[in-house]
Order: sequence, then structure tokens, then C-alpha cells
Amino acid sequence: MTIHDGKLSRRAILQGGGALVIGFLLPMGVGKLAAQPSGAGASPPVDPNAFIRIAPDSTVTVLVKHIEFGQGPFTGLATLVAEEMDADWEQMRAEHAPGNQKLYANLFMGLQGTGGSTAMANSYMQMRKAGALARWMLVNAAAQRWGVPADQISVKNGILSAPGGKQGKFGDFVAAAAKLTAPQDVPLKDATKFNLIGRDRSVGRVDSLEKSNGKAKFSIDQWEPGTLTVVVAHPPRFGATVARFDATQALAVKGVVAVKQIPSGIAVYAESTWPAIKGRKALAITWDESKAEPRGSAEMAASYLAKARTPGKTAKANGNVDAAFATPGATVVEMDYVFPYLAHAPMEPLGGYIEWDGKTATARFGSQFPSFDQPAMAKALGISPEQVKIEPVLAGGSFGRRATGDAHLAVELAECAKAIGPGKKLRLTWTREDDIHGGYYRPLVVHRMKGAVKDGKIIGWTDSIVGQSFAIGGPMEQMMVQNGIDATMVEGSDKPPYEIPNFRCDASIDQSPVTTLWWRSVGHTHTGYAVETFVDRLLEVAKKDPVAGRLELMSAEPRAAAVLKAVAKLANWGSPVPKGRARGVAVVESFSTFVAEIAEVSIDENGEPKVHKVWAAVDCGVAVNPDIIRAQVEGGIGYATGHILYGEVPLTAGRPTVSNFNDYRSLRIMEMPEVEVVIVPSSAPPTGIGEPGVPPCGPAIANALAKLGRDRPTHLPMVRQA
Amino acid sequence: MIFKLKVNGAERQVDVDEDTPLLWVLRDNLGLTGTKFGCGVAMCGACTVHMDDQPMRSCTLPVGEATGEITTIESVNGKEAKAIQTAWVAHDVPQCGYCQSGQIMTAVALLREQPKPSDQDIDLAMNGNICRCATYVRIRAAIRDAAKALEKQA
Repeated sequence: MTIHDGKLSRRAILQGGGALVIGFLLPMGVGKLAAQPSGAGASPPVDPNAFIRIAPDSTVTVLVKHIEFGQGPFTGLATLVAEEMDADWEQMRAEHAPGNQKLYANLFMGLQGTGGSTAMANSYMQMRKAGALARWMLVNAAAQRWGVPADQISVKNGILSAPGGKQGKFGDFVAAAAKLTAPQDVPLKDATKFNLIGRDRSVGRVDSLEKSNGKAKFSIDQWEPGTLTVVVAHPPRFGATVARFDATQALAVKGVVAVKQIPSGIAVYAESTWPAIKGRKALAITWDESKAEPRGSAEMAASYLAKARTPGKTAKANGNVDAAFATPGATVVEMDYVFPYLAHAPMEPLGGYIEWDGKTATARFGSQFPSFDQPAMAKALGISPEQVKIEPVLAGGSFGRRATGDAHLAVELAECAKAIGPGKKLRLTWTREDDIHGGYYRPLVVHRMKGAVKDGKIIGWTDSIVGQSFAIGGPMEQMMVQNGIDATMVEGSDKPPYEIPNFRCDASIDQSPVTTLWWRSVGHTHTGYAVETFVDRLLEVAKKDPVAGRLELMSAEPRAAAVLKAVAKLANWGSPVPKGRARGVAVVESFSTFVAEIAEVSIDENGEPKVHKVWAAVDCGVAVNPDIIRAQVEGGIGYATGHILYGEVPLTAGRPTVSNFNDYRSLRIMEMPEVEVVIVPSSAPPTGIGEPGVPPCGPAIANALAKLGRDRPTHLPMVRQA
Repeated sequence: MIFKLKVNGAERQVDVDEDTPLLWVLRDNLGLTGTKFGCGVAMCGACTVHMDDQPMRSCTLPVGEATGEITTIESVNGKEAKAIQTAWVAHDVPQCGYCQSGQIMTAVALLREQPKPSDQDIDLAMNGNICRCATYVRIRAAIRDAAKALEKQA
């Protein structure tokens, strides 16, 4: 561990221009710690190897390597640092770390990227260590100045104090602290002394104010004088390409300055957004559809279901399922499920800003995986990755959409810059139609399930899954695919939390030019539904209560069982339910977090399910920010409810037949259930919360419908457009 | 064409085609980026502004028809706006935050029209504003609290 003097002169420090920067060099969890002085407080650090920047005015800025798109890493990581520093919450700030994989790799992946609900799990120790180091350095600087032993100095709410009435702020010691040699190991606070971590509403979100007054800046807001807006005409069918085009009419639109062909379509450059949109409409494009997907989604689903009648590659098996199904006196239940293509439809459509000078590029956008985006942009521009600077900005939602292995948005941004040539500032904007038609969907997936019940016991279970794999051929294939099984297709189905003596989960993979992607909670979006509605059905056959019946099978799953018991208690399971309503339950582990939910449902006057209330119990290890956990579960329940009820991107001959929120129906406030969340206390290391609220909600709704005399829906969504 | 607009209390002049939606004039010509683009077809409410105190979808309002006094999130003011924005922060309503300017503009208009909205009034008034993060339970709670705060002031 060393302290560098950096390039800042001693005079600058004395003048108060210095800031203490604390950084870790932790390639995959091991490495050295470094602290160094940087430039003026308001500007970015001299060395981006930094997680904490303390300015002379005592503000503490946490550089967050996970993108903030609502799930709360800005607040979460600032909480960890503030806790260890004993800072005042008012002095805390957060901003995105720049694209730099060496410094800001997600320790679980070795890549700079946000996904798998890993932000808090990955940063919990790293950011606490950074905070503890910052505190140590400030305290020791104060000790030297005041001539008192460091252990006599206390820190509270951002104020250092020593006996004899000595007091100072962080900023007072920044310059001196930067000159100290940092210790090898700084002890972390004992959990019993936490003032912020796990203390409900001890902190508010750092970004609520700027998101309530219009000041928050997203990709679409990145603009400098002279910036051209670009929209791109993409192929209307998956797999189609441009055969030829005529830009005459487009170029005649006032404000349109150029039209260029790029690999992903035809780019229209204009002085502002509306002329670009008008110009695109005026393009005459002939598409080459010879390699386009010929099938519609209904045909694909039918062929997948046919394929599911033959087992695919075994993901997991135990016992002898054939013997179990042939057991005399057993009741055999079979259910076929179809899960449609789903668009993520984040509130902010995709987009980004780029400056390209012919040698280097600077891009500002909601880059969820700088480690994918940076090299892909460099390749498109014919430069080295270090010559591409990525500055992630707030993203208006993602739900997985902004993390693409092929970095298609970043590449399109670079290709737009390349096509018009250096020296231009560009802002690429996707419209909502681009977004809904643009693919990278949750794959269309089917499950064929078969189960056997005898003497009140589930004795056999098979789950055959067919769908596309977005992992195979992608940059994370090695991480996600083993022995030909794509873990993201079978996760949850290969390991239900129930003891079943004869079990098999298998999977088959289909190919299509329709692009697919992870979507909030990934495989659990369908496996959670299939497993939890099917077990509910089998327990019904076995004449067991849905909660008690599950618990009988969960002796090896204490944390899942605990959240199930907790939600049953919260909702007072078994108590009378208002007339016309019924309750269903489900429990799913995803991303090492356990969530159980109970939904109370009725059928409205239009015959549509109405979800009145959802109770949730969550175990995500140490609950760093309980209110953010509640918010993520509330939002996850809303996201799940909207898509289970209404979500579907149907295709006809490889062409999406919905385009915007008029026909890709989104959950609205009138359809939002009340939500009540209980967080099960835990001292386990923190795990994710952005996604795990989603999977149990759909099956809980379906299981409630079964009690209202409807079948559990197996072809989603539950409500189809007329 | 030259259009004269009254935006946030000031006279502004822009030279755009007459079919240009107010949204793009605000964002691209006047630099008021707090108003957001979400759908372009008046289905999501992210672009909500006030015209003569009425909530309007600026993404489908041609600039030539924006003849009233336009107010955007950058300068929405008054006791209702203050109560709503305070409640929004107190409840930590925003997640990604992208739709929240539009949510707030609609909520402010609701409280001006209906200072003591019922739960059903809230759902009805806010139903045109989509939040893909589904912050709806907090939107409801924040509006209820803002209404209570206004009642105390009265």
C-alpha cells in the first residue's frame, strides 16, 4: 500500500485545491490499496483509480461502478462508505465511475458491468474497506495536527473530535491525510455499531431530489452545442438487411443534414430530433428479407411444444421418473406452458452521445456493461479500447436491456460517428417503436411438465424446456453454459426447493434471428412460474394446503422455508378472504435471495384478473438499505404483474405486431396492487434485490386464480389483446 | 416557421416546422430537458407539461397549438408543487426517475383541481402516466401526504 504524491503540487494542496482520493486496486478480489491526492474537488479525480473523493469542502463523493437505473447502487454504496467513515449523510454524493475494467470490474465477473443483482453483494466489503481506510487517514491526520493519539479521536456525523474541545471537518484534514502512508489493514466496524446499515430510513436516496425536479440527466439529455440527432431505420423483420435505399425525400426534410448506411440500418442525421424522425419516415428502403425469420411466434411455440415431447439434454436428474409415472395408483398430471417474447421497455428508450475526432472517442450513455461496450466501439472505429472513453450516465430503467453481449447500441453509436466522419457530436435516439420492435427480448420459452402424485405425495416430476439461448455465442458463454446446458434457461427448474424422489429437468435449444436477452430475473421469469404453479397443482391433487404442503417438502431449504412462513404470517394465511377474492402463494430463490409472495386476486367485470394486494417476505442477507429493498420488491411486483397479465411481443413471419404502449400494454397505477413487505432478519452476506421480487408474483396470482375456479393460466400473458 | 411561445414565464421564439411537437421544441430548441420522451403517442405521460395550468402531453401537441402559458418541471411552482415535490423526496418515490417529471406535473395538476383526492381520484388522475419501475404505491402515498400537508397549511 502506498501513497503517491500525484501530479498535484504541494502549493495546490496548501491552497485547498486538493482532495483525498481513496482507491483500491483489486483485480478479482486481491490486490493493493492506494490513496492519492487529486485535483480540485469539483473535477474528476486525476487518477480514476478511486472509489472515494473527499473534497476540501468536506463533501464525500463515492464513485459507483454499478450503473444507477433505479435499483439504488448510488445510495447503497454511499451508505457503506458513510457508515465506515462516520460521515454525515448530507455530505455524501455519488457518481458513476468511468469505464475502466481494471479498476472497476465487478468482482463476480471480472468485467465492468451491472447484472445478476450483484451490486451490493459485490461491493459490500470493497466499499466498507474504502470507507474505513478514508476514516483512518483523516483520523491520523487529525492526530498529528492536534498532537493526540489517534485512538482518542472520535468521529460522528462527519465531525472529528478530540479531548479538550478540538473539532474539525473532513475537509480540514484532506491535504494532510493524503500525505500519510496508509496501513495494510484497517479494521471494519462491528455490525453491532452500525448507524446506517440495516437501520430503516436512516438515509434517503441520494438521487431523489434531482429526480423530482427535472435536473437528473439521462442519455437522451446529453447534448453539447452543435450536436446532431441521429435516428436509425432498422429492419422491420428479424434477420432482414438493407438491399437498397433512396434518401432523396429524407434529405429534403428541413433540418436533415445527412443520411448514411450503417451495418444496423440507415442513419438519418438532423439538427434536432423531430426532423430526424420525419426524415426517417421519408426514407424509401427496400429490405433483403431472404434470411429473415419466416415463422411467427405462434408457430414457434407450437414447434417448441412438439419438441418438448422428447427430452432434451439433462440438466439435473435423480431417481427414476419413468418408474414413478408408471406407479400403479398414481395420479399423473401434465401441463404445457408457453411464455411469450417480452420487451423490457425501459421508460427511457435506448440512446447515447458520442464525440469522435478520428483518433479517440468519448461516449456518454447508460452503459450497463462498459466491458462489452468499450472494445466493441473500438473495433467499430478501428482504434484500441483505451482510445474509447466511456462515461456512464443515469439510465431511465433497463431491466436487463442495456446489458448486451454484442454491445449493439454502443456499436450503432460508433458506426453512426464513423459513417458521418470525425469532428461531429452526435446524439443517437431510439423511439419507442425502435425499442418494442428492436428485439433482445426475453426469449419465447415453453415448459412441458409432468408430475405424479400418490398417497398425498409427489413421487415424480419432469420439466422439459425449449427455447432460444442468448448465452451460447455470447461473451459470457463460458460462465453460463456447461455441457451444452444454458444455465439461464434452466435456473430454478433444475433445482426446485422441494424434495422429489424421482426428478428430471432437461432442455433443448432452438435457433432464430430474433434477438433475445436476459430480462429482469432472467430464467426465473419462466421457471419460477412453471415450478410454482405446477407444485401448487400437484399439492392440490395431493389435497395439501399450499403453504403447509410446500413446507413438508422443504426441510433442505431452511431460508426458502423461512420466507414462506414469514409471508404466511404477514398475510395471516388461512384467515377469511373478502368475498369474490382468493389468495395464492409462491416462493422462489433467485440470485441467492429468497422471496415468498402471497397475492390476493379477484375477477373484474371484464373477466380480467384484478390483483388487490401482494404480501412479500424477503431474505437477502444483511439488509443494507431496508427501504430500497422494499422499493425494489414493490417495483418487482408491479413489473411482474404487468407482464404476467399483459406482456407479449407477438411475431407474424418474424415481424413484431405491437409497437408502442398502446398495444404493448404496460401496468398502470389502477392495476397496481397494494404491497406489504417484510424483511427477514439475516446476518448472511448481502445478496441481490433488483430482480428477486419478480419471480414469485406471477405464480402467486395464477395460484389464486385456481382457487377462483379458473385454471392456472399456462399460455401467457393472462389477458390477451382483442 | 417562427413561433412565439410563453414558457416558464418568458417569451420564447423558435424557428421550426409547424408540425413539430412541443416536446421537441422544449427539449431541443429551448434546452428544457426535464420533460421526457417516452412514447411519442401520448400513451405514457413522461412528456407532461402544463398549459394554462392544465396537464398536457407535449409529445403530440404541435407547437402551433401551444398558445397558452407553458410550464415545465423546471419551474413548476406554488404550494401544490412544493407539497408534491417534498412528498416525492420524503417517500423516495423515484427509482430510475425518468418518468417522474411527468408524474409530478400530473400530480400537481390533480391537487390544484382536487385538493383532497380520494384513492380512486388519485388512480384515475395518474392512470395516464406509466412508470415502468412501478413506483405506483409510493406515488399514491406521496400524493396522499402532499394533500395532507396542504390541508394543514390551509
